[in-house]
Amino acid sequence: MKLVGRAVARLEDEPLLRGEGRFVDDIRLPGMRHAAFVRSPHAHAAIRRIDKAAALALPGVHAVLAREDLLPHLATEVMVVGLPSASYKQDLNRPALAGDEAVHVGQAIAIVVADDRYIAEDAAALVEVDYEPLPAVSDCRAALAPAASKAHRASPHNLLAEFDMAFGDVDAAFGKAAHVFRESLWQHRGGGHSIECRGAVAVHDVAEDRLTLWSSTQMPHAAMRLLCDMLGRDENQVRVVTPDVGGGFGPKLVFYPEDVVTSLAAILLKRPVKWIEDRLEHFVATTQERDQYWDVEVAVDRDARLLGIRGSLIHDHGAYTARGVNLPYNSAENVPLGYELPAYRMSVKVALTNKVPVTPVRGAGHPQGVFVMERLLDRVARELGLDRAEVRRRNLVPAEKMPYKTKLKARGGLTIELDSGDYPKCQADALALAGWDDFPGRKSQALKTGRHIGIGLANFVKGTGRGPFESATVRIGPSGRVHVYSGAAAMGQSTKTMLAQVVAEQLGADLDNVTVTTGDTGAISMGLGGSNSRQTVMAGSSAHVAAVKVREKALKLASYRLEVAERDLEITGRAIRVKGADVKLDLGQAARSVAGTAGYTLPGGMAPGLEATEHVLIDAMAYANGTAVAEVEVDIETGAVRIAKLVFVHDCGRIIHPVIVEGQLLGGIAHGVGNALFEWMRYDENAQPITSTLADYLLVGATEMPPVELGHHESPTPLNPLGVKGVGECGVVPVAAALASAIEDALSPYNVRITRTPITPADLVSLLAEAKR
Amino acid sequence: MSESRAISVTVNGERGEAEVPVRLTLADFLRHRLELTGTHVGCEHGVCGACTVLLDGRAVRSCLLLAVQANGRQITTVEGLAPESGGLHPLQEALREHHGLQCGFCTPGMLMTLTEFLSENKSPTGAEVREAISGNLCRCTGYHGIVEAALDAARRMRE
Amino acid sequence: MKPPRFEYHDPRTVPEAVALLGRLENARLLAGGQSLMPMLNMRLTAPDHIVDLNAVAGLASIGMEGETLVIGAMTRQRDIELDEQVRSRCPLMHEAILQVGHRATRNRGTLGGSLCHLDPSAELVAVATAMDALIGVEGAKGRREIPFAQFPVGLMTPALREDELVTGARFPLWRKGHGYAFVEFSRRHGDFAIVSAAALLEADAKGRITRAALTLGGIAPAPVRAAEVEKLLTGTKGSQTLFKEAGEACRKLEMMEDVHVTAAYRRQLAAVLARRALEKAHERIARD
Repeated sequence: MKLVGRAVARLEDEPLLRGEGRFVDDIRLPGMRHAAFVRSPHAHAAIRRIDKAAALALPGVHAVLAREDLLPHLATEVMVVGLPSASYKQDLNRPALAGDEAVHVGQAIAIVVADDRYIAEDAAALVEVDYEPLPAVSDCRAALAPAASKAHRASPHNLLAEFDMAFGDVDAAFGKAAHVFRESLWQHRGGGHSIECRGAVAVHDVAEDRLTLWSSTQMPHAAMRLLCDMLGRDENQVRVVTPDVGGGFGPKLVFYPEDVVTSLAAILLKRPVKWIEDRLEHFVATTQERDQYWDVEVAVDRDARLLGIRGSLIHDHGAYTARGVNLPYNSAENVPLGYELPAYRMSVKVALTNKVPVTPVRGAGHPQGVFVMERLLDRVARELGLDRAEVRRRNLVPAEKMPYKTKLKARGGLTIELDSGDYPKCQADALALAGWDDFPGRKSQALKTGRHIGIGLANFVKGTGRGPFESATVRIGPSGRVHVYSGAAAMGQSTKTMLAQVVAEQLGADLDNVTVTTGDTGAISMGLGGSNSRQTVMAGSSAHVAAVKVREKALKLASYRLEVAERDLEITGRAIRVKGADVKLDLGQAARSVAGTAGYTLPGGMAPGLEATEHVLIDAMAYANGTAVAEVEVDIETGAVRIAKLVFVHDCGRIIHPVIVEGQLLGGIAHGVGNALFEWMRYDENAQPITSTLADYLLVGATEMPPVELGHHESPTPLNPLGVKGVGECGVVPVAAALASAIEDALSPYNVRITRTPITPADLVSLLAEAKR
Repeated sequence: MSESRAISVTVNGERGEAEVPVRLTLADFLRHRLELTGTHVGCEHGVCGACTVLLDGRAVRSCLLLAVQANGRQITTVEGLAPESGGLHPLQEALREHHGLQCGFCTPGMLMTLTEFLSENKSPTGAEVREAISGNLCRCTGYHGIVEAALDAARRMRE
Repeated sequence: MKPPRFEYHDPRTVPEAVALLGRLENARLLAGGQSLMPMLNMRLTAPDHIVDLNAVAGLASIGMEGETLVIGAMTRQRDIELDEQVRSRCPLMHEAILQVGHRATRNRGTLGGSLCHLDPSAELVAVATAMDALIGVEGAKGRREIPFAQFPVGLMTPALREDELVTGARFPLWRKGHGYAFVEFSRRHGDFAIVSAAALLEADAKGRITRAALTLGGIAPAPVRAAEVEKLLTGTKGSQTLFKEAGEACRKLEMMEDVHVTAAYRRQLAAVLARRALEKAHERIARD
């Protein structure tokens, strides 16, 4: 391999380092106007009247548009985006702008367009909205109580969806179990908080009747389709382009009211319109994860072997469906993954609340499933007096059983089959790196000097590379440059470099000769975008297959033109060369010779063009796995937790770029540490956000990030030609569980149990005080 | 009621005059009036550090300064880091080599913070680097590559 | 998040600034901007006038007048951090200021701005309380000095008339070799302290504590001098047991409760940090 597997320089870096990136707010168009949104300050309210007069009178204001102004121009006013599921009890789709009811703080009520953002905000403050506050649903459990007030007036109740995930005879398993243990767990994850918030720049070219939307999005093609649906245009009339994106992490994989409203404003005002989300808006208008309440039981035999798990999950969905029930589905599905569990039943209820909708943030529900299983296993270990690692060894799917058919189904209906990986070896390596066996000695030594140290572990398995396909076109042009186009969407995870590596591997190994275009619906007709740790698997596979096809054609063409056997040819640099001789056909010349000349046949009976477009179909997910072992020290007087070290051994299949993989893991681990100890998106009982700035909502900084030791295994997956698995989210998945386990271990002299995440110092002090009593 | 003021600011060595609204932030002045979009806006309340520039050599959050306050002063932005002759500043080189950036949005702020830091502390420890960048949030990298890059750049700059 | 409209004034002298404050309605002073600008950007405040003090001559300085450290109101926190006189003669302030925000905020943030903003958790406000600082004020009616104990009159409300501005602060220094410690608990490095404890101790040749000051920040709208504890300590020899007792005595102080932090947790932190600060201060007493 010339490039694949090596730490090549990133294509993305130089402009970004020079400050020459082009993020959505860097886009300037002549005559561009600036938008701000009027947003509901109430979690739930009837909207009686909107008075725009004072706002419109402000100099520099060009328009104030509310729902009534948009309706005549919308083919459909709601965003129908929900991933299909039989579990929905209600369809609650977001409108472009609120009508007579606002259902979460931050919901968009009107758009103000002005000369600049300063004036737009002045005007937004002058829009008078006559609200009649209504009772707000804040707690997802209370939401499901019989007498609960309703998050939407017209809804029959607050149950958005419910489903059971089950296999095996769970009641029989519990009936014959030697031991049954129960846990109630609260898990909370917060927002994406990419450092770049959202943004949209829309311009309507009247001459071509084409709308172009630059959006800081992870899903340009889906966005294009939704714009077509809502604006009543066809695909030729709408183009969505992603500029440089300053992080996505999930919430940018959503189509938002601001996207369609900004677009419509540009069409109606006949001027480009820019809307840039600010951080305060990100807290209330961009989707986030939130609360899950689990009530679970585990049944084991005398030898701590799992017999069954059953329980219930109540999941906070927010006020609308902005993506689907995939989040709680992933959580329920991920509980048993990686372990041999004969029977399972999780009853899931998805509840409406008057808060911003919930959709996945990096990890997408999988960390929660892992947390449940890992807490249960720790409980079993403690109750049975066994080493926590030993309990896991007895239950992990062993390598010799791979590929392992589970009894679970992925959301599209396919049976989940764990394709490859050696879970026990991953765990063993992680434990060795962390000094697991020596730890009890160190712990008792530390205790003698009044220090409370603890160690914990967690395993994870995560589905990656969600299908069914991602598009890629590889084309060599008359210039001799290799162009790659893909429906993949880049947001910092080095997608362009990955695609260039995979393609250049086949076509000359000169990265400087490759340009990659991602995230542009005008460049390639189909795509699903960035999510589910899928791009290397899906886009990489398509790019690889396309590059191989172009390579084959190039060799065949050169063989014909140079009158040399294909096996005597190689593609290096920008030419197809005869090995060991100074004879070549430049890639550009090769492309020209199949571009066609009027009246002349193409050489060698070849088809036109030196290009290939692929949509490699892969429905089964490739399952990455790993083990995290955390060592912590707890200051029992203040509750402060210091992470002394985090060991993370993982398997993402074949590694395309080792440094990028490490970067993805470290970035994911930072999110996991945040979830475990810092990130708590708090609301009061009226569903008003309490943490609404980055001063209150705590992101992990350089001083909070622990020392990390990484270990890599490579179990190539048979599911794609590259053998790769995704890695973008893996760093997050086991970290909260490993930290909870370690903190509990540090506090073992006090019999404190960790049943929640995040866990704050104040919580630990409380738990210690309670345990004393 | 809204006032404007005439200001004279030297940015990356070039002096320029402008008439600006008094409430215009320095960040917005740099980005939208001078079209130096390398300085990024992440929070507008002084926490994330993405907007960090140098004001008379000192790292400051440009979202918390008014453009009028830069009158008569020298500003250095990320666009002023690379040498005129071409190539990259050692910090930029080091960040590239150590994968110290992914999406690149926090990167200009990191660079300016580290530029000031390394000018004062030529042989920092990893812990000192972490402390120096503790006011610059990154959501992508987990910071390790940035710290390694800073230590490497310090080494290079000592030679 | 853009600031609302205001008129901007940048006086060159203190009398000019005072005259503006006397004349203008709904005016706010802009010092370092690290507290005011976020509020403006978030539109939490809408002054009609901003009076920028950054161009006023003569307000930034650090010097000694006998055994008193004198610092001008517009002195940048970073300059205080780097000052050798402060480090050697007022080590409490030095230790505290290292924990104030981040470099970029200290590059702009000022002493005067922090003292006037009176955030309950602010480190410099706690130091001023600990050291019985004297706040120099100038207004239409002339100059006066306010002992810091009288400076906060309510939550984030200084005892200033509308036409007055703080020009500087004087910190009477403790004897050379005194023990000091500024200990705080925050969630992340650079965050505001949830609770802080500032301890100052002087002892005689026999090791008996002759003077003690213990200040708890973040527990009440303004930092609190634990006077009873100070009395408890004076005249004693200082020991682990004694400092533990002192810490526990701090539990009796009144604690704030808000959505972010409970009174119970503040109480726990106060007791622990007070003890730790005293232990550290005691260790640092120079034994000649």
